[in-house]
Amino acid sequence: MTDVIRFSAARTAAAIAAGELSALEATQAALDRIAKVDDRINAFLHVDVDGALAAAREVDRRRAAGEALGPLAGVPLALKDVFTAQGMPTTCGSRILEGWYPPYDATIVSKLRAAGVVIIGKANMDEFAMGSSTENSAYGPTRNPWDTDRIPGGSSGGSAAAVAAFETPIAIGTDTGGSIRQPAAVCGLVGVKPTYGGVSRYGLVAFSSSLDQAGPLARTVTDAALLHATIAGHDPLDTTSVELAPPAVVAAAASRNLRGVRIGVVRELSGDGYDIGVRARFSDALEVLVGLGAEVVEVSCPHFTYALPAYYLIAPSECSSNLARFDAMRFGLRVGDDGEAGAEEVMTRTRGAGFGPEVKRRIILGTYALSSGYYDAYYGQAQKVRTLISQDFAAAYERVDVLVSPTTPTVAFRLGEKVDDPVAMYLSDLCTIPSNLAGGPAMSLPVGLAEGLPVGFQIMAPAFADDRLYRVGGALEAALEARRGHPFLDDAPAL
Amino acid sequence: MTPSATTAATTPTFDDAVARYEPVIGLETHVELGTASKMFCGCSTVFGADPNTQVCPTCLGLPGSLPVVNEAAVRFAVMIGLALNCSVSPWCRFARKNYFYPDMPKNFQISQYDEPLCENGWLDVEVDGKIHRVGITRVHMEEDTGKSLHVGGATGRIHGATHSLVDYNRAGIPLIEIVTEPDVRSPEVARAYVDELRELCRALTVSDVRMEQGSLRCDANVSLRPRTAPGEPAAPYGTRSETKNLNSLRSVERAVRHEIVRQATRLDAGLRVVQETRHFDEASGTTSTGRSKEEATDYRYFPEPDLTPLALTHEYVDAVRATIPELPAQRRARLAGDYGFTPTDIVNMRNAGVLDLVEETIAAGAAVEAARKWWLNELARRAADAGVTPTGLAIGPFDVARITEMIADGDLTDALARTVIDGVLAGEGTPDEVVAGRGLKLVSDDGALTEAVDAVIAAQPAIADKVRGGKVNAVGPLVGAVMKAMKGQADPGTVRKLLLERLGQ
Repeated sequence: MTDVIRFSAARTAAAIAAGELSALEATQAALDRIAKVDDRINAFLHVDVDGALAAAREVDRRRAAGEALGPLAGVPLALKDVFTAQGMPTTCGSRILEGWYPPYDATIVSKLRAAGVVIIGKANMDEFAMGSSTENSAYGPTRNPWDTDRIPGGSSGGSAAAVAAFETPIAIGTDTGGSIRQPAAVCGLVGVKPTYGGVSRYGLVAFSSSLDQAGPLARTVTDAALLHATIAGHDPLDTTSVELAPPAVVAAAASRNLRGVRIGVVRELSGDGYDIGVRARFSDALEVLVGLGAEVVEVSCPHFTYALPAYYLIAPSECSSNLARFDAMRFGLRVGDDGEAGAEEVMTRTRGAGFGPEVKRRIILGTYALSSGYYDAYYGQAQKVRTLISQDFAAAYERVDVLVSPTTPTVAFRLGEKVDDPVAMYLSDLCTIPSNLAGGPAMSLPVGLAEGLPVGFQIMAPAFADDRLYRVGGALEAALEARRGHPFLDDAPAL
Repeated sequence: MTPSATTAATTPTFDDAVARYEPVIGLETHVELGTASKMFCGCSTVFGADPNTQVCPTCLGLPGSLPVVNEAAVRFAVMIGLALNCSVSPWCRFARKNYFYPDMPKNFQISQYDEPLCENGWLDVEVDGKIHRVGITRVHMEEDTGKSLHVGGATGRIHGATHSLVDYNRAGIPLIEIVTEPDVRSPEVARAYVDELRELCRALTVSDVRMEQGSLRCDANVSLRPRTAPGEPAAPYGTRSETKNLNSLRSVERAVRHEIVRQATRLDAGLRVVQETRHFDEASGTTSTGRSKEEATDYRYFPEPDLTPLALTHEYVDAVRATIPELPAQRRARLAGDYGFTPTDIVNMRNAGVLDLVEETIAAGAAVEAARKWWLNELARRAADAGVTPTGLAIGPFDVARITEMIADGDLTDALARTVIDGVLAGEGTPDEVVAGRGLKLVSDDGALTEAVDAVIAAQPAIADKVRGGKVNAVGPLVGAVMKAMKGQADPGTVRKLLLERLGQ
């Protein structure tokens, strides 16, 4: 069954449930694929062979015992290394956590385990989820399976590359300013940032608490919906998670027409600075949506132009506080404890040695923005912009059901191309950041190629209307695939 | 003290200092709440456990952990706010106070900043019969830090230590910070305020308020300003010092007193008072400089993004209000009115830990004075001897009420009553059962007593003659002898009366 690795998650689980494939075979196929290609991709920081095989055997045992299995039971998954999971190290892509084995499972890890999902290992990422290329990982960059000289996006680049390279059918990422959607776009995948509060953050090592949200990466809209449904729901351990029933995303993904759906194209997320190829594929997709019965109009969200600067005040401010706990006292790296140095000196040395340059840049930025005398001008002002952006969204959703834009202004850029220009790197998240600031859900799905590389299409919806993403995304995916005649990722070069 | 201060001409006496300068005092008090679990996680709060045994990912600040607010802590904080006549905010947030310290797991403390839970209240305190109203600026919630133990130095302070140990059991225990207006004008009122606040928290049963264990700690802000003539506008406030972590009522009073004299000395010498935190040394009764506020940390407060805002409904606040019991001031007024207790009586009974017991004993039928006397003297002493609190004794208000009733009825003497108490404490049953079991009933009117009286008169003719001759006071040894013959089971008054009758007096 050499093509098991190319199965969707839904098909894998169905084959296991039907007894045509064992979870062990599916897991072994993933492990073999990783062994074959990951030295070129570097999607994984840790592969938990024993744990994965044990989890797979347990699924097979439950099936043999006649127990009901969930819709993803036995499916291999790559977990972004920003979550705690017992039995595996958690590094967050940073030296400062090297070798740390957390003593507890993140809530979504508990949910995945309970659903019989096989966690294959921990996926590479930009250090503490700060970056758009996975070049900020302390453990070397991940490469884009479409072109290994190019970046897979970030910060969930390892998760995206694992799925695009057919190492696992699905992965978990996190999205603080676009870190699921931008890698999904440049790797040709479906990636979803759920509504803030829709998925528990307990056990997600915080970068920016008010923006971070975990979500699925997959090769199909339905797979994304199945994973989304598995991890969603209220968690009493995370008071920012909401006590609402998760939206019916799996059913929505099966929709095939969009009659009566009103779609708004955000005027501010287009134009100069967007690749010609990106604009062309975006326009093509709009035509397909019209063909499916949707009504497409242009809407204006004037404050979106301030989203990037507001984000780069709020996220660093929260990160400067969230990352204070990495101090060598209770876990992780300890540098310079020579018996002479005091605790403060050891903290200083450890943080100096353990954090990479981008993390330090943001800690310094955030520390400054929160300082007495600057708070109102920076953090306070950014929060006001955040409110205005939410109001823009609210006004737009009075006229339309979803908003759309390109996911990223460009296709995957080359490794090293932007590492020395942080602002150019930050612009990768221009289109994705507004949804993080306002809290609503957003999806990226592939709509074609430009220069032989995937182009992502972003759909945004009001908070707690995540099902709308799947309705529009599911119909668009089906129409595009019907036109193309084969799955999108078949166009990717074989590794 | 700085060299320049010691070279000042003379140190004024306290009375001299306050004659010329008006002390302006504000107090910040931290109260550890007596919730079963911590402020933001489910770990136990029991004091004295082995180090680092009451910890979890959240209170250790492990990566990925999140806080969840303890409802009981919010309820207790609202109770304190309401009891201090504050308004309770319908919507407020927690804030992060950022600074690095090894005993702070996350290197930020979850506290409240510009949106406290309760604001604008007051507490009346009484000193020498005069009521002083102390304004309450705010009551806010926060989490405690861990505890550092500095090893290898002489002082236990960090300076000179070779290494430090950190116990995170205390990290995350809910704390309430209560901040007063600068309304206090004397060390005595400062002390009385903390005392009253402690009693208030005790009455609310929201904390065990043990200052020696740190569950109530006080920081005193003290400044001086020149007194102005009546009718003149008051001088502006002077520069203040903040003396940290005062852990007894006596220390509060002494530290404030010391600061007043120290600051007066500096001002007299033309020196300025430095705005700084200071430490109080109990052995010497003096304060010493901590760190200067002028080089203080910028805490970079911002709203805690891991917690949703606290939005308390009117209904919630009203429901909490309905659970507030009688407060110490109301109780003192009632005890004075109903029983005639003086403020001193009340303080004495409270300090002996018998106030509740006395009230319950009165309610069980005892006379007011008898209840007070027996608990405050005999029973408090026995509790002290046994190393327990009076409530921990194996004798309760109903037993004591019954014993005082038997005394009033003439069935027991005080001495016999003590024997009955022995019996109850020894587990021999109720007072009636002890009396029956030990055969302790007083003998007052039957032949046995008359017989004993006659026998004693016969045995001691010299003393009997003195009494017959008019020296009534000489009867004492005869009374003693009769009591001895009766093994104490007679009322000395009755014996004396009988003897005097027999001897023609």
